[in-house]
Amino acid sequence: MKMNRRKFLKSSGSLVVGVSASGAIQSLIAGDALAQGVSFPDPSPERLDTWVSVARDGQVTAFFGKVDMGLGLETAIAQIVAEELDMPVDRVSIVAGDTLLTANQGGASASSGIRAGAIPLRNAAAEARRVLALAGAERLGVAANAVGTANGEVFVLADPSKRIGYGQILDGKPLGTNVKWNKEMGTPLNVTGEAKPKSVADYKVVGQPVARRDIPAKMLGTTDYLTNVRLPGMLHARILRPPVGAAVPVSFDAASIASIAGARVVHKKDLLAVVAEREWDAVRAARMLKVEWTNPEMNWPGTEGVYDHIRSAPAVASNGESAFAGKRVYDETPTYKALAGAARVLTADYECPFQSHARIAPSVGVADVKPGSAVIYADTQKPHFVRLGIAKLLELPADKVRVMWKPGAGSYGRSDADEAPFEAAVLSRELGRPVRVQWTRNEGTAWDPKAPAAVISMKAGLNDKGGIDGWYMRSKGFSGWDVKFTADSPEQTLVGMQLGYKKWDMHNFDVPTETYQFANTVRFWQTVAPLQEKASPMRCAHLRAPQEVQTRFAQECFIDEVAMATGRDPLALRLAACKEPREIDVLKAVTEKAGWNAADTRPRTAKGDVVTGRGLALYNGYGSYAALVVEVEVNRRTGHVWARKVTVAQDSGLVINPASIKAVIEGNVVQGLSRAMCEEVTFDQKTVTSVDWNTYPILDMKDAPEQVDMVVLNRTDKASGGAGEPTLVSITAAVANAIHNATGVRMRRYPFTAARVRAALSA
Amino acid sequence: MAKTTITVDGRAHEVAATPDTPLLYVLREELSLNGPKFGCGLAQCGTCTVLVDGRAVRSCVTPVSAVKGAVRTLDGLAAGGKPHPVQAAFIAEEAAQCGYCANGWIMSSIAMLEKNPKATDAQIREQLSGLKCRCGTHMAILRAVRRAAAQMA
Repeated sequence: MKMNRRKFLKSSGSLVVGVSASGAIQSLIAGDALAQGVSFPDPSPERLDTWVSVARDGQVTAFFGKVDMGLGLETAIAQIVAEELDMPVDRVSIVAGDTLLTANQGGASASSGIRAGAIPLRNAAAEARRVLALAGAERLGVAANAVGTANGEVFVLADPSKRIGYGQILDGKPLGTNVKWNKEMGTPLNVTGEAKPKSVADYKVVGQPVARRDIPAKMLGTTDYLTNVRLPGMLHARILRPPVGAAVPVSFDAASIASIAGARVVHKKDLLAVVAEREWDAVRAARMLKVEWTNPEMNWPGTEGVYDHIRSAPAVASNGESAFAGKRVYDETPTYKALAGAARVLTADYECPFQSHARIAPSVGVADVKPGSAVIYADTQKPHFVRLGIAKLLELPADKVRVMWKPGAGSYGRSDADEAPFEAAVLSRELGRPVRVQWTRNEGTAWDPKAPAAVISMKAGLNDKGGIDGWYMRSKGFSGWDVKFTADSPEQTLVGMQLGYKKWDMHNFDVPTETYQFANTVRFWQTVAPLQEKASPMRCAHLRAPQEVQTRFAQECFIDEVAMATGRDPLALRLAACKEPREIDVLKAVTEKAGWNAADTRPRTAKGDVVTGRGLALYNGYGSYAALVVEVEVNRRTGHVWARKVTVAQDSGLVINPASIKAVIEGNVVQGLSRAMCEEVTFDQKTVTSVDWNTYPILDMKDAPEQVDMVVLNRTDKASGGAGEPTLVSITAAVANAIHNATGVRMRRYPFTAARVRAALSA
Repeated sequence: MAKTTITVDGRAHEVAATPDTPLLYVLREELSLNGPKFGCGLAQCGTCTVLVDGRAVRSCVTPVSAVKGAVRTLDGLAAGGKPHPVQAAFIAEEAAQCGYCANGWIMSSIAMLEKNPKATDAQIREQLSGLKCRCGTHMAILRAVRRAAAQMA
């Protein structure tokens, strides 16, 4: 049986979905009884109907192949589609992330939702308007150039009372035409039609502060979260994790859980799980099961030893080798020469901890695997790639697997979200019933893929006038690609490795894009071997602004250190070293808003327990530019640091929704402060010791800033940039610079916990 | 097995769960409620919060047998389709990204404001301390609670 997208849409009663009908299609999708061997073919990007459909009642549905992680993306996409179609925005519905219904646009990745993800939707909607206008003109009996479109209707220009709605024009039929596909999959996927999208000057819906459509349901408790998926006959599962990172199960004692009716153990190679009919029974079985584990020798360097370990460990890859096919992309010789001839060389090492996504809820996955096909429910950022990975794991062709994305706990990169769905798939295949795997808090913090720890070494060669003649940056750390950013193959997951798939052998760290232009600059990275080769709790992957928080911490602190050493205002030094006008614009905007005073940039000399200071930092990336001024209060007695006021200036090009972008920036500020002040994955010789919110604290409400001010530069002449990450990246450096301004103490290791700051102050 | 009876959102339910089962699992699995959510199972984040006789309680660690008072959940807040003033304030301020933790903030805010409708900013921060929002929507949550306080006072 071939259950294609079209049959799904048709069987919902009409081709289309709307506000009311959207509920209908959702329940149909969720309630579909999965027949054996059913096929789920990919929607063809070349069909206009893959992107846009129009119901009889005129409601439009746009099919979005990325997903919204809570940043208001669906609302923004609806605005863009409504704009091109000349529709009221509330008559445009969005279906997102279901691999049967949407093309593979790459999922949530690199703040690309608008800057890349919206482009094919915009083009398709413009083309749909053209097709509808042509058909409408014919129905109205006038020439194609004698009609206009407005409010979801085609009307006669000379007599606007003669008009016909889009729904009436199509009468339930598809648009039926093709668009040109660039043959890319994932984020670069684009399609174009004959129609040209509108020019910005004509925008009516884009640029308006439209209310986020996902918000009311979230507050009323009616959002269709992944955690609410309850399938008939579904078993609940928990995975057993070893007491020591590299241990694997040897045997288990089934009698130890015999008192729990219906509880069972699944042991397959290195995977050990318990299942039960009721969730609490699964929890109890996981706690009670007696397991014998191997006892491998473990010699991790531990939280305090990790930086010396990184310094002394051999580099296994760099951006001259391995990841870029052996092509050396940097030459350090001119920098070494410049440093050797400099009047003075400043050096500093910056230390960056492992950090966890630590999602508000740990991984969940539901799988219904039948012989020959599978339906997976996941809140992954990349459902289309998870589909490929699970198909491979189940040894099924990709078109036999459907991944249905559901909203879930916030995710900030390659989090644990991708794990439980794979585990559920294995268990459902083994047991022949739908299975729901729920990770524990411990797993969600300790076994979540991490941001890699690193030591970033900076050097600047100064001439006798204080000018900078050489600039050196080496990022050395664990690979951020221990686990790939897409789980498109089983070895990218714990369970894949537990079942014998060989770990991915790729290595990557990062160096910043060229913000400051100095002579004889070299920026390069090196990675060291992972602490554990296989199925490791310490494996690293993308965490929001991957590796950039680390590198910008070093760069944006070090430029301040150079300013201090050469008697310059950190703002003036940055302005002199930037060549990009958009960087200069945000620096000027933020310092004007915050009342930056060049005469007040040396460490302040105030006495008393609580002292204040402020710091500046800059970022460019994802097509955006962000500058921040953070004002801190430092309690010199306790070491506690509070970021009292944060000022942001951001240029993300053309703004789609000014209300949403402000919320996104505010969220970046608070999560960025959390990473700067609180977050560090701790571990000892053999295991991760950050296992819950007490051992992996995040920013508490008491420490939220008093004030977040912002200037959003709406650059209508520039393409929209990504806003999901830029503000967060450099805030750690801005806080460190502010602590220095307040106390004269330079913090070169984050997070700036009270204990660490207190120790630095008394050193 | 002795059945446990609990009153949830004004209705009495006889539940089949063992007495040690945390209230959260009963609400979600037996009563199919979606408001209270699993976040940590350790009473550390608040996503599972319900009100028991007006007090905010972490349902993930509260055995169902220990629940003696009337339980209120997010699912039962809206009266006749009209959101509770705290819900309305969170909607107006768009105080969520993923929204997964919203239940804890809303239920805890109700417990606080029903006792102290004139809560100051410092009191709000203090009393909501300990709840977790991973997306970092703290600023919008503070605005929402202040807005709700102004409307409920």
